[in-house]
Amino acid sequence: MSPESSSAGGAITRDEVAHLARLSRLAVTDAELDVFAGQLDVILGAVARVGEVAAEDIPPTSHAVPLENVFRPDELRPGLTQEQALSGAPAAEDGRFRVPQILGEEQ
Amino acid sequence: MSELTRLTAAELAQKIHSREVSAVEAAQAHLDRIAAVDERVHAFLHVGAEAALASAALVDESLDADTPPASPLAGVPLALKDVLTTTDMPTTVGSRILEGWRPPYDATVTAKLRAAGVTILGKTNMDEFAMGSSTEYSAYGPTHNPWNLDRIPGGSGGGSAAALAAFEAPLAIGTDTGGSIRQPAAMTGTVGVKPTYGGVSRYGLVACASSLDQAGPCARTVLDAALLHEVIAGHDPLDSTSIDAPVPAVVEAARRGAEGDLHGLRVGVVRELTGEGYQAGVQENFDAALRELEKLGAEVVEVSAPHFQYGLAAYYLILPSEVSSNLARFDAMRYGLRVDKGASAEEVMAATREAGFGPEVKRRIILGTYALSSGYYDAYYGQAQKVRTLISRDFAAAFEQADVLVSPTAPTTAFPIGDKVDDPLAMYLNDLATIPTNLAGTTAMSVPSGVAAEDGLPTGLQVMAPALGEAVMYRVGAAYEAARDAADGSPFATRIPEVKR
Amino acid sequence: MSAPTLVDFDDVVDRYDPVLGLEVHVELSTNTKMFCGCPTTFGAEPNTQVCPTCLGLPGSLPVVNRAAVEAAIRIGLALNCDIAPWGRFARKNYFYPDMPKNFQTSQYDEPIAVNGHLDVTLEDGTVVRVGIERAHMEEDTGKSLHVGGATGRIHGAEYSLLDYNRAGVPLIEIVTKMIPDTGARAPEVARAYVTALRDLIRSLGVSDVRMDQGSMRCDVNLSLSPKGSGILGTRSETKNVNSLRSVERAVRYEMTRHAGVLDAGEKVVQETRHFQEDTATTRSGRIKETSEDYRYFPEPDLVPIAPSPEWVEELRGTLPELPWERRARIQQEWQLSDAELRDLVNAGALDLVAATVEAGAPSGEARSWWVSYLAQQANTRGVALDELPITPAQVARVIELVSSGELNNKLARQVVDGVLEGEGEPDEVVAGRGLAVVSDDGALIAAVDEALAAQPDVAEKIRGGKVAAAGAIVGAVMKATRGQADAKRVRELIIERCGT
Repeated sequence: MSPESSSAGGAITRDEVAHLARLSRLAVTDAELDVFAGQLDVILGAVARVGEVAAEDIPPTSHAVPLENVFRPDELRPGLTQEQALSGAPAAEDGRFRVPQILGEEQ
Repeated sequence: MSELTRLTAAELAQKIHSREVSAVEAAQAHLDRIAAVDERVHAFLHVGAEAALASAALVDESLDADTPPASPLAGVPLALKDVLTTTDMPTTVGSRILEGWRPPYDATVTAKLRAAGVTILGKTNMDEFAMGSSTEYSAYGPTHNPWNLDRIPGGSGGGSAAALAAFEAPLAIGTDTGGSIRQPAAMTGTVGVKPTYGGVSRYGLVACASSLDQAGPCARTVLDAALLHEVIAGHDPLDSTSIDAPVPAVVEAARRGAEGDLHGLRVGVVRELTGEGYQAGVQENFDAALRELEKLGAEVVEVSAPHFQYGLAAYYLILPSEVSSNLARFDAMRYGLRVDKGASAEEVMAATREAGFGPEVKRRIILGTYALSSGYYDAYYGQAQKVRTLISRDFAAAFEQADVLVSPTAPTTAFPIGDKVDDPLAMYLNDLATIPTNLAGTTAMSVPSGVAAEDGLPTGLQVMAPALGEAVMYRVGAAYEAARDAADGSPFATRIPEVKR
Repeated sequence: MSAPTLVDFDDVVDRYDPVLGLEVHVELSTNTKMFCGCPTTFGAEPNTQVCPTCLGLPGSLPVVNRAAVEAAIRIGLALNCDIAPWGRFARKNYFYPDMPKNFQTSQYDEPIAVNGHLDVTLEDGTVVRVGIERAHMEEDTGKSLHVGGATGRIHGAEYSLLDYNRAGVPLIEIVTKMIPDTGARAPEVARAYVTALRDLIRSLGVSDVRMDQGSMRCDVNLSLSPKGSGILGTRSETKNVNSLRSVERAVRYEMTRHAGVLDAGEKVVQETRHFQEDTATTRSGRIKETSEDYRYFPEPDLVPIAPSPEWVEELRGTLPELPWERRARIQQEWQLSDAELRDLVNAGALDLVAATVEAGAPSGEARSWWVSYLAQQANTRGVALDELPITPAQVARVIELVSSGELNNKLARQVVDGVLEGEGEPDEVVAGRGLAVVSDDGALIAAVDEALAAQPDVAEKIRGGKVAAAGAIVGAVMKATRGQADAKRVRELIIERCGT
């Protein structure tokens, strides 16, 4: 999916939505794809107007609050017990979280 | 309805601390009220009656032993938005994906409330993952506006606001990412405050948009909100974004404001946040509020914030981007819903998220994934962060000309349930006036400004102040509230109608 | 898939230039994790060293470990990097069950250290300057156990079990610039770089850097460029390289494999491969996805790191004498030739000798012991020199005993043997085995007289003035005293007793 394949101002295709859904691990239905594609298209058209602002020399803000260098000392802090950690687990075995077969490779 | 539920938090606290009334009585009165009306209002997702009464009993025990109250609000009941973690009650965030989840830790805000002796009655309804402006996106059904049960109470914190308006609690906690405290406050005729970003800890606040979220106090009066503000605010070493500075003296400011003198204060009307697009009654009440402020001695000036018009667009790029990342952890592996469809972890993840998230959440995840994609980052997320800088600069410039800025909180009064639920963009427009404050990280509150002539539904006045400028904001809010009450002849809360059958 | 065609290594370097890149991950030995106060100690029961933050529970937030930042800055300084005056953490977004948040908090385009170098000395003395692109901070993932498959690896597993004790442990990732112009020495350079880096980081005391334990991990990137073409080839990344030897072999193998592909007129696939220890080959990763878009953006839950110049200088002052500085100083102090220094380094003896000197031994003796007798012992036992069960302090003691005359060289070796056998400290071995040089003249005289009596003709010669003949008597006395005599003294006594 490249910038060139969708038109300026945010036309987002059904295929693109399907790709994005896969990337974000959402098994959306075909019906949802149709609805979402239409809605997202409209939304993108609206949000694309951030591009109207000429902002070459403007620094981006990622934090509204100008804090820097917030650290903690390298000291132990009580955490959770194994029981607490596993308390919400859909499945557990031998003190570990049990998950279905993983297909992908570790990064 | 018991008289106890009509009291403000300050009044109730006074009666409890003087032992005229016990904390248990106060808790019970509110639990009874919840039992009587919440089937219709649906403000609460969970009521923890036993724990609430036990907590109240401990306060009584302590007070009876002549121990000074743990805080000015010890023994006062409160409704907690279901986005903050509680070890003794589920935390669902209005979503199926966390249905029944019992966190193994309390949010810092929760811990502070407990330490203050506040009686947490239960968890309130909200738009799923705090995304919405009507509470219609809750997976557990909408909350109904106590003023008119066919209407939305606002969102995402409709449950907390409705609980106040239905007299189910005198205090509530909400969270505000784009207006989710303030807009419901306007819709329900209550008071809601978004503190300066970093003013209240986010540890234990299930994240929506990390750089925008803030928990804040909700109440029926400005003084009550101030009292609650001082309990929950303050630096938290567990939250790197929390500000290490003293909590602004908002209670003192609210009391001073109620004395009614605003001479020397400049109130800035943001040109871009009034006029076209605002419902007639909303605009009328706003103009009337300006006149009240002038009568109190304030100088009303017009200011311009030319980049506010891009606020909505920037917000609906930044928020989904952060959301798409924050919600990735809900993958059925460690907690929450697991839908065992498919053999692989990847399939189970996708099926679970499909089943567990509602349409608005999915829309925003997809939109956010798109906006962060390589090739699109600069044009969307990157650009939106620049717009954010411009909006901060607009605020800074405006605050040179005025001590506080004002606008109507929301463009309309509470609309009917179902009206905008299928039109995301129309829904987003609700946040027009509130979003700029979240983007800049500054502070703002909504105070009831009357009811709209055309539909009798409440409207809100938004008062905005610079970062850590809560004191002047509470002062103005309290002054206006007192003046409005004096003009009406009684506190605004008395105008809230009884919940219909 | 058919087995890849491999081109003979010498042939490869004749026609191609390898371009090398090395990514090393170092697990810091801080007390607590990168973003929370959970312990980092190895070997605990699963999921007992976790908290809401490293488990990624809803509502949890990270707070940066100051010691990890200090370690990162020190590593950067030791690598001659510029320390960024301002930078942010970033989220690297992808889904994988060993990552509780399904994003890794890392650094993207604002790493804490950039643009440094490490001078690596090869065995023959050639120095290669390896450019360092960057060093940055990130967090480790949890550990997965794959159940049900044949080998315990992910392939064919039925399900997996996750332990998040390791999730959130601080990692520093060090990335080299492209290393060109190494030719046939590419495998050697790669190994030497990782070795040098390991030694450097070890000297900083910030990590155990044990490849066999996973506290140092190396990924090898390699591409081939047809000689003289100036065209950069497509690179492959090889993971699961768990030892220094594997680094060398992985480079070597990939060079021969790439050449095979290119010779056949095909394109090298840009992919991640896994090194196979047993066959010294690499295998393609299982799932081939289009190159992952991590959708990096600045971490909103953390605030920027802006190390002040004062803080950086303070940390620079805490750097120990760096390995190459140390070598240069030692070479000067001990007046070693380049070849002598190299021998020491190659034998892995430099630190040991230095420590022995520090314990009081003269450098010549210390060197001699480690480079010859002890090296032989290490060889016989099949271990590295620093794995011998004898410490520099003990060696220094033995040397001291020799120079004071309590031991001669032969006895000294026996004492060393005793220490190696676990019989205790050198003094204990001397006592235990009764190895002290006999210094009691009375006993020696008795032995000398006995030997003279046993060889009357030799005795005659000595009395006649042929002092050289004393050697045979010395030998006999040494034998009689089981070597525990001071040969020089024996000779003196013989001559005395012969009255010449």
